[in-house]
Amino acid sequence: MTANISDLYAQARKGERRPLGRLLSIVERGGPDADELSALIHADAGSAHIIGVTGSPGSGKSTLVGQLVSDLAASGNKPAVLAVDPSSPLTGGAILGDRVRIDREPGGAAARSADRTTAQKHAPFVRSMATRGHSGGLALAVPLAVRLFDAVGYDPVIIETVGVGQVEVDVVSAADTAVVVMTPGMGDSVQANKAGLLEVADLFVVNKADRPGAEDVRRDLDLMLDLSHMTGQESSTGYRPPIVMASALHGDGTSNVWQAAVAHRGHLDATEQRVSRRNYRLQTEIRARVEHGLLLAADALFESAHGRTVISRTEHADLAPNDASQELLNLLLNQPEESP
Amino acid sequence: MADAPIRIILAKLGLDGHDRGIKVVARILRDSGMEVIYLGLRQTTDTIISAAEEEDVDAIGLSMHNASHMTLAPAMVEAVRAAGLETPVIVGGIVPDEDLEPLAAAGVAAVLGPGSSAEEVAATVRQAVNTNR
Ligand SMILES: Nc1nc2c(ncn2[C@@H]2O[C@H](COP(=O)(O)OP(=O)(O)O)[C@@H](O)[C@H]2O)c(=O)[nH]1
Ligand SMILES: [Mg+2]
Repeated sequence: MTANISDLYAQARKGERRPLGRLLSIVERGGPDADELSALIHADAGSAHIIGVTGSPGSGKSTLVGQLVSDLAASGNKPAVLAVDPSSPLTGGAILGDRVRIDREPGGAAARSADRTTAQKHAPFVRSMATRGHSGGLALAVPLAVRLFDAVGYDPVIIETVGVGQVEVDVVSAADTAVVVMTPGMGDSVQANKAGLLEVADLFVVNKADRPGAEDVRRDLDLMLDLSHMTGQESSTGYRPPIVMASALHGDGTSNVWQAAVAHRGHLDATEQRVSRRNYRLQTEIRARVEHGLLLAADALFESAHGRTVISRTEHADLAPNDASQELLNLLLNQPEESP
Repeated sequence: MADAPIRIILAKLGLDGHDRGIKVVARILRDSGMEVIYLGLRQTTDTIISAAEEEDVDAIGLSMHNASHMTLAPAMVEAVRAAGLETPVIVGGIVPDEDLEPLAAAGVAAVLGPGSSAEEVAATVRQAVNTNR
């Protein structure tokens, strides 16, 4: 069953979709196979434009992304989408409903049925990913999936997430271009402010501009941006995030969104921030991996005889919790190095 | 490592516009711990196969509420096999008893009638996937 990872990767680099789908499952499962893949692809990644799209559920992210990628694919680009949706904390299951909105460009299906393999080569690659409960795993899986898309030649790579949870905010802020989608009448700007999304946004989209109140959202945002202008954020970066009005459902304004994203990438290139974003992204991934490794080691220590002995001593008066944790930390961090 | 959750596509082929049943099934499967890639209405065999490849699913669930199951379900299985996939195809909907045998012969992995309990739905999908794995 386990086809060789490097074989799958070689096929994926040739543009085959099924091997890429299987590699993405390896990424999601994590563990040694995912690590092997990470090492294998590292040198090949680093050139794609990574775009994070976030905003409240129902704000139209998938509709917008779908419009963007079908336009991009039609003009000869090779876009990929990673659509992240939450798993149920109770059952671990998930309904991943982004794809139905992303992958339904009219005529797309017809074009494909004419000649599936040829048409498919030019279709955007869409992968749905569930958070699978453990945020630690997501923090590892998303950056690796993005690097994988990049390494096999997809560009841009668009990540859609609901903007809640630290991992998701991290993912978006580690993108080259962070897009925050807002809609009229949902108090979105207040929510986004609370979630810390306003600071990370490189580009705002006021979607559902066909609805009343869109102008109000734009004005609110503009005021908030004036504030960050006053705090000097704008002058230190030389960049003020544009606000783009769109009606993704009707295809209005989506080309402006793309132009603004390209302009932002141009700004990053011109100011050499593209490299620092990429480095920041790698740093975030490394940190997540270290934290994950520490957690696994801590779990193992808690299960070990030695760990249990230390902990049980706190049941009697002879060891306080802080002393026990210090002793465990010492065990965790001062492990003798493995001799080669 | 814990086993990864089962990933399954849920879709309707053709013009049949009822999506209440498929939405109920989506919730049942989520609540039994599966990841449902919901494609909804008006899919074609091609959009379903593309999704199956990109999403690397373990099963394809088709909801059918008109009499077209005898043509559409075998066509789906055939398209899946022609694409080189072994993904089991499961059909849900109103299927008369006399059609069960020919559908099985056409390679449909399982049929779920409208009276199936949540447990039956989940167990049937699990079994179809495990037989295939
Ligand atoms: N009126 C209006 N509705 C939209 C627009 N864009 C998306 N929608 C609708 O908003 C709902 C949620 O869209 P979706 O893309 O799934 O949002 P997401 O949850 O942010 O990914 C769907 O019913 C869309 O049809 C728009 O520009 N105008
Ligand atoms: Mg969505």
